[in-house]
Parts: sequence; structure tokens; C-alpha cells
Amino acid sequence: MVECLTNKKVLMKGNYAIANAAVLAGCQCYFGYPITPQSEIGEFMSGKMQELGRAYVSAESELAAINMTIGACSTGVKAMSSSSSCAVALMQEALSYATTDELPVVLVSVMRGGPGLGNIYPSQGDYTQAVKGGGNGDYRTIVLAPSTVQECADLTYKAFYLAQKYRNPTILLADGLLGQMMEPVEFKEYPYPEVDNSSWRLSGTKDHKARIIRSYGPLADDRCVFLEKLFDKYKKLEENETEWEEIGTEDADVVLVSFGSTSRNVKTAVKMCREKGIKAGFFRPITLFPFPNKRLKELSKTVKKFITVEVNMGQMVDDVRLAVNGVVPVELIHKGVGAPPDPEVIFKQIEELI
Amino acid sequence: MATQVFKIPNTIKKDAKFTFCPGCDHGVAVRLVAECLEELGVIDNTIAVCGIGCSVTIYDFIDMDALEAPHGRSVAEATGVKRAKPDKFVFTYSGDGDYASIGLAEGMHAALRGEKITSICINNTTYGMTGGQLGPTTMLGQVTTTSPTGRNIEYYGYPIKLAEHIALCDGTAFSARVSLDTVANIKKAKQAIKKAFEVQLKGLGYSFVEILSTCPTNWRMTPDKAHERVQNEMMQVFKPGIYKDVTVENV
Repeated sequence: MVECLTNKKVLMKGNYAIANAAVLAGCQCYFGYPITPQSEIGEFMSGKMQELGRAYVSAESELAAINMTIGACSTGVKAMSSSSSCAVALMQEALSYATTDELPVVLVSVMRGGPGLGNIYPSQGDYTQAVKGGGNGDYRTIVLAPSTVQECADLTYKAFYLAQKYRNPTILLADGLLGQMMEPVEFKEYPYPEVDNSSWRLSGTKDHKARIIRSYGPLADDRCVFLEKLFDKYKKLEENETEWEEIGTEDADVVLVSFGSTSRNVKTAVKMCREKGIKAGFFRPITLFPFPNKRLKELSKTVKKFITVEVNMGQMVDDVRLAVNGVVPVELIHKGVGAPPDPEVIFKQIEELI
Repeated sequence: MATQVFKIPNTIKKDAKFTFCPGCDHGVAVRLVAECLEELGVIDNTIAVCGIGCSVTIYDFIDMDALEAPHGRSVAEATGVKRAKPDKFVFTYSGDGDYASIGLAEGMHAALRGEKITSICINNTTYGMTGGQLGPTTMLGQVTTTSPTGRNIEYYGYPIKLAEHIALCDGTAFSARVSLDTVANIKKAKQAIKKAFEVQLKGLGYSFVEILSTCPTNWRMTPDKAHERVQNEMMQVFKPGIYKDVTVENV
């Protein structure tokens, strides 16, 4: 059992770092169902939550797990679930409900190969599932994409904070590589303020009039008003919470856009470009929703070409194209599934594309 | 001097408009739940989780905190509520389409885990809100919009007997089936609901009450005829009774 250490560097798997950070973030309830490559999260939680007198339920299905999370969140406690790809697919209905319920559900999605059962290799094939949502109706989930084990911890903290602050389901989108690899990680104290939820949480009517958390909206006009309000929230998110990393974009002719574990090799490939005199820049969206549209649009004024690098058949590339809106070409380097392509392979393909 | 023999429970919202069909037993069931919550003094500590279907509107009638779950997921959400706040009184209210069909796994596993929550399930042998289709409790021979020549075993299989199944789960502390066809049976139904709630308050395990109910609109019957059907057909197959009660030996 890994301990909840703070202010000490330890070597840890990404999955354990996520679980450990969730405990330190004050997560009171974990509900899950095993699936590779994220099962360590549930394994860690089963022991730690019990030890701390918090709740852990080995749910009968992912449907149950995510709905248990909704139930716990409705009472105002921090709660989470974790899963992977084909099983996150099962949770999409509940995520749609949770956005309408405006509940701060935190879901860790550790991507594996797809579609269907696919395989247990790393993948970024659920970018669209996470960012566009696989459930019904108009809604968005906040999506945070770590690229290191340290970020797995830091962004888990942030996922709980943003979920609470905006009362919106938040997905930590990792992948099998990040989940399984070990890196040094240091756990700080949970750095965010606690968000007051006394105005909406369910607790019985002792101190408030009856509250109903529901997604049913029988009247069309009322629903229109609700949806406008929901999307105002998403505008605020884009204005205030969009996060990305960029290196060497000031004078870049070509900017490589990549997220998550894949971005690590892309960063190295960009360095190789610079060494060979190619004016390449690096751009890594950290929030996939809200997506850094504004910054990419600005960059399109000075950059001659964008290239996205993804371990899928090309999903984020669509969003980069929307952001750039045809001003400059946006190319794609991709690999269907598995570990990210080596920096040398990426470098070679960049040379071919510019 | 006149004696008051009936009053609307204080837990029923004053501005509630009756929205169930004439002759539907949901109204009686909701009132019994409201009376039990009031008499046990738990209403202001209650979080209800409502299933999808006609049953969901319970939150329009009873003055309590409520969470609306996706179809079939009310027991899972109630599990989450109770695990997060073990000191709250938590119950689900749903129909047989919600509980016995799409939500059967959630109900049975909550029973197996012995979740300290109560589930009330209305069995009216059909999917009511969607217009009377064949459901998991539709009786053999019953004509519905999706069993136009009646339910036969070869084509549709058998209906489920919920109270018996839930009683078999080791974590179940109380499981009963009741009927609302007569005043005497309504009284028994209230006793069962109250017992199920008390079992939760004592922390003994999962408690479950299946309520046989009319659906005159979808059965194409008058309220009187619908109650006759409950007596003559439903109660013959879905036998009322207490199938498990850990507070009493040898049930």
C-alpha cells in the first residue's frame, strides 16, 4: 500500500499517483469496477478509503459506479470513479445527467486501445469521447490531460477543484502509458480553496426548503433558458480556465500540437528540429475542454503550418483545424494505438510534411 | 362530535396537483410513504432517489430533498447517497420497468451488499408512462401494446417475482409484497412500508417493498375493474406476504 505522503518525492505509477492525489484532495467516496489499465486506482482506493473511514464500493457495473458517484456528489461530498475506454463508454449516459444535474463528478479515464474491446495498449482514441461527450444532448465535461506522473497528481487536485467550482463533471484523461509507468512524484497539500456547496447539496430539509436535483425539463422554453445558462458556464470556463504549455512558438514556422503522453516524444522531436535548424514550436493543450482555441488562432497569424501528433486516427486535429479556421494548413502525424511514436519517427515525418 | 378519520399528511406539498390517472394506485402508495416518513419523524433527514416512469413524480408530492436518477439507476444513486451520508434516511421509489428490468442488477447487488436503504417498487405489470408495453412483470396471457396476442412463455418468457428474489439475497433484512386493492390491504401495505423504513433506521440491511398497483389507463379498465384484476389475477400469482424479515424468526 502506497502512503499519502506530502512534500516528499517518491517513485510511483501514474495510477497510484492519481489515487493518492484524490485521497489528499479530500475525496470521500470512490466507486469503481475493474478494467485494465486503470485497476490500480480501485485497488489503492479499496484499502486506503477503508483505512480512513471513507467510502469505497466495488460496484456491479460501470453504470452503477458512475451513478453511485452522482448520488454521493448530490450530498456535497467529493466523490469519484475511474475507468477505461470501452467501460467509460458505459458511463456516458450518466455524464449527460450529471452535467444537467450540475454535479461535480470526477471521472478518471485511462485510455486503452479501441474501438470495441480493443486492447490494453495505451491510446488517445477517446479524445472525442471525453471532449465532445458520448451522451445525449448539449453538454460538455471539463477535460484535463496530464503528460507526466507529477501532472497525474497535480491535475487530479485540479479536477476536484474545477468540478466543485463550476459544478460540472470533470474528466482526468490519462492513458495506459501514464497509468502504468513509474516516475518521481511529489505530493503537495491540496492547493485549492474548498467551494461552498451549502446552497444546493441534498441533506434533508432541516435547514432549507425541499431541493430536487433532476434533469427532467418538461417545458421547451424552460429548457432553452437552462441550456443557455449551461453554455454561459462553458464560456466562463474558456475565459478563465484554459491551460496549455508552449515552447519556442515566438519565431516558429511550424508548431507541433500534441497532448498527454504523446506530447513527451513530440517535445523531443521539436528539439531535434531546432538542432537541425527547423523553426519548430511545441504546443500542448492541458485543458482539452476548454480547448485553447484563442491562442491557436493567434498563433495562426505567425505560424505557417500546424502539425498535430496523436495516438489515434486523428481526433484533436479537428479541433485545431476549427481553431485555425483554414488560415494555415493543419497536418496530422498519427499512430492508431500503442506507445507514442519515437521522437526520431516524429522528426522524420515533420521533415516530410514541411 | 365528529372524529377526524383521515387527513392529508403534512409531508404532502400544499400546492401539489394530482397528476396520476384516475384509479391509479400510485396516489395511495405515495400517500402511504408520506405518512410513514411523517410518523417516523424522518422527513427532514430524508433524501429520496426517484426512478424514471410515472413514479418519478413522487418529488412533486412529498416535501423532501430528492434526486432523480437515470432509468434503472435509482438504487445505485441511493447507494452513493447513503455511503456518502450514512446518517441520512434514503429510499428509492420506482416502477417495475425501472427496478425489475433495467435496474435489476442495481437492486439485487444493493440487496447483496446489504445497503442500508429502502426500495419501494410499484408493480403494475406494464410500462405505464410509455403507454402500456410488456414489461418484466407482465403476466402470462396479458395483452399489452407489445404482446398483442398476450404474453406466452415460448415467445416472451416468464414474469419476475421480485419480493421472492430480493428475499433470497443475504444482505436483505426485509422483503414484502403488498396490495392496495382493499382498505384492509392498504393498512397492511402501510405497515410493511413502515417496517421497511424502521429496518433501515435500525441499520439492519436492505429493505424492499413491492406494491401491487393498478394501471387502469393502460389496462383499458375502469378503476373498479382494475382493482378486481389485482385481486383475481395479480394476487394469485404475485402473492402478498412478508418474504423476509430479520426482526422476526422463521418467516
